Amino acid sequence: MTDAGLFAVLVAMVAGAIRVSTPFLFVSLGECLTEKSGRVNLGLEGTLVLGAMVAFAVSYHSGNPWLGVAAAAAAGFALGALHGAICRLPRVNDVAIGIAMMSFGTGLAVFLGKPYIQPTAPRLPSLPLGDWLGIPSLALALDVSPLFLLGIALAFLLDWAFRNTRAGLVVRVTGDDAAAARALGIAVDRVRLVATALGGASAGIGGAFLSLFYPGSWNEGLSSGQGLMAVALVIFARWQPRRCLAASLLFGAAGALGPALQSIGITAGYYFFNAAPYILTLLVMAGTGSASRAARHAPGELSITR
Amino acid sequence: MPKRKNDSQGEEPARAAVSGQRGVTNMTAAGISRRSLVLGATTGAAALASAGWPGTAGAADKLVVGVIYVGTRGDFGWNQSHATAVEALKTVPGVSVVEEENVPETLAVANTMKSMIELDGAKLIFGTSFGYFNPFMVDIARQYPDVQLRHPTTLWSADKHPANLGGYFAYMDQAHYVNGVAAGLSSKTGKIGYVAAKPISLVLRTINSFMLGVRKGNPGATVKLIFTGDWSLPVREAEAANALASAGCDVVACHVDSPKVIVETLERRGVKSCGHNTSQAALAPKGFITGAETKYETIYKGFAELLARGEPLPNVAIGGYDKDMVTSTPFGAGASEEARRAATEAIAALRAGQPMFAGPIRDNKGNVIVAPGSALGNYAPELETANYLVEGIEGSVT
Repeated sequence: MTDAGLFAVLVAMVAGAIRVSTPFLFVSLGECLTEKSGRVNLGLEGTLVLGAMVAFAVSYHSGNPWLGVAAAAAAGFALGALHGAICRLPRVNDVAIGIAMMSFGTGLAVFLGKPYIQPTAPRLPSLPLGDWLGIPSLALALDVSPLFLLGIALAFLLDWAFRNTRAGLVVRVTGDDAAAARALGIAVDRVRLVATALGGASAGIGGAFLSLFYPGSWNEGLSSGQGLMAVALVIFARWQPRRCLAASLLFGAAGALGPALQSIGITAGYYFFNAAPYILTLLVMAGTGSASRAARHAPGELSITR
Repeated sequence: MPKRKNDSQGEEPARAAVSGQRGVTNMTAAGISRRSLVLGATTGAAALASAGWPGTAGAADKLVVGVIYVGTRGDFGWNQSHATAVEALKTVPGVSVVEEENVPETLAVANTMKSMIELDGAKLIFGTSFGYFNPFMVDIARQYPDVQLRHPTTLWSADKHPANLGGYFAYMDQAHYVNGVAAGLSSKTGKIGYVAAKPISLVLRTINSFMLGVRKGNPGATVKLIFTGDWSLPVREAEAANALASAGCDVVACHVDSPKVIVETLERRGVKSCGHNTSQAALAPKGFITGAETKYETIYKGFAELLARGEPLPNVAIGGYDKDMVTSTPFGAGASEEARRAATEAIAALRAGQPMFAGPIRDNKGNVIVAPGSALGNYAPELETANYLVEGIEGSVT
């Protein structure tokens, strides 16, 4: 590999990390909040797809992409609240409901989204943060979406809130020990409902990024499983928002590896390079995993750890 | 998630009634339909229900054609290329069409076919996705010998499959050759990109033809090839288009199910684009050159007319420009004058049967594919099993 080629691949991976990571980031932050409260919402893949469709439709009709983002957040909030409300009922399994919500969200998006495959909607603007560098490829890589910056801010905000605010403590107590939370007078179900709804809203914004920024159009295969991968990222990130950010960036960069290598002439083994994000996950999990430490980070009330 | 328009039995008569509104009576078709109902009633319990549906009578006067899609009809790609042709089929007098979208390549497609045959009285079924063929269309063809089924591949063979099944295939590599001619002459840098789905011979063949077309007009040009790994991966397709643009390609072509995302991304990057499957011209008003389109209406209308006259359908119907089965999208702003002229000439040459694979042709590892002085015809069986990339392509099959 020549130096120029290496530089091109590195730039492509930075660009990929920035472009591709945002949906992962919003979905994993949303799921992180939900799981911290003691519930698993596997339905965020459906929320992501519905968010993408709603954002595109609203942007198309109103001409304002930011209205689309708001509508996607509202749609995600509604789906999350529905999940939370159903899980309040006795003897309901949150994992099963999550899978049902995934089908529901995706199905609804495909059903309602049919008329929006053909048209083009106004896209979100981008912030050219790299123009001062004078290197065209870097400038292009740093032409970021405001949603990406919002996602970074959200990761740090969540992290801070979990540690330093009363609301964060309430969510954590609810997630770690429902009995203790009830003894403190916390309405466990209500906390979980709100956490799931807010988590859904975050995933909806992730969907808006897909349809309004990158790749920037609506079709049925738009997500291709990114919502599910992001849910897995939360475990990978050990339920810590700042690690969700790092994991999302890593996945974005690894996803850009396959196309970038082929574009500079390293063409053999592209299936292997395209699988990079998954191989990376396996390696990191195997390298950092431990029978005793893993459970320490997991919220105690989570149905997958109980 | 798949959405079946006609899941419940309750909706079936309604659909049949709607599709049977056009009032041209065709005695031959009516006769065939009635026979099928009698036959169906003896084959099983499921058919008993169908004989009792009141709504099917309206459809029996017409030739009912069933069309099944794996995705949505307006996908800017493969499904739309069929749906556009079906719109033309609907204008044939005496034909009514029943369609179903988003049918997965599972038992679901067998159920859809059964319901089209039993409840709507379909006599001809086009299952337009690769995975429908075996075992689903093969089984249905055996089960309903008086229904004709056709699949858009060359998978059918007389010794292995039922006689009421068959294939039709538009040789898109000819249209990609024309794309290549126009792309080569519209590129200033001589660096051209290509985004492809999977390294199967069908796709390798279109890439090779594209490359031969590029070198026809621009002998020094190279084509950088990126495989995404699957038919529809919007995010990775956008990444691939971006990577090619960053690598200095000023024209990019593609072979994926729906090139919408690729063409839009290229337009944003100021890179010229070639389309595939259906017209993407509207997506790239500045950079669109031309596109490779199928013209299935030639097949669909032709088959419907044959059936209406009571004549047998051919089991295999293949062709390119010569049989009016492929076409090129009208030139966009990205096509240079020279490219327009050369591409138009190339179309005329292909229509006359002039071979694309005229020697000497080597693959990109140096092996001889076609010796100097000889040529492979445009429908030569050797091309069906292509597992190489011709000289000039920077890419790898594995």
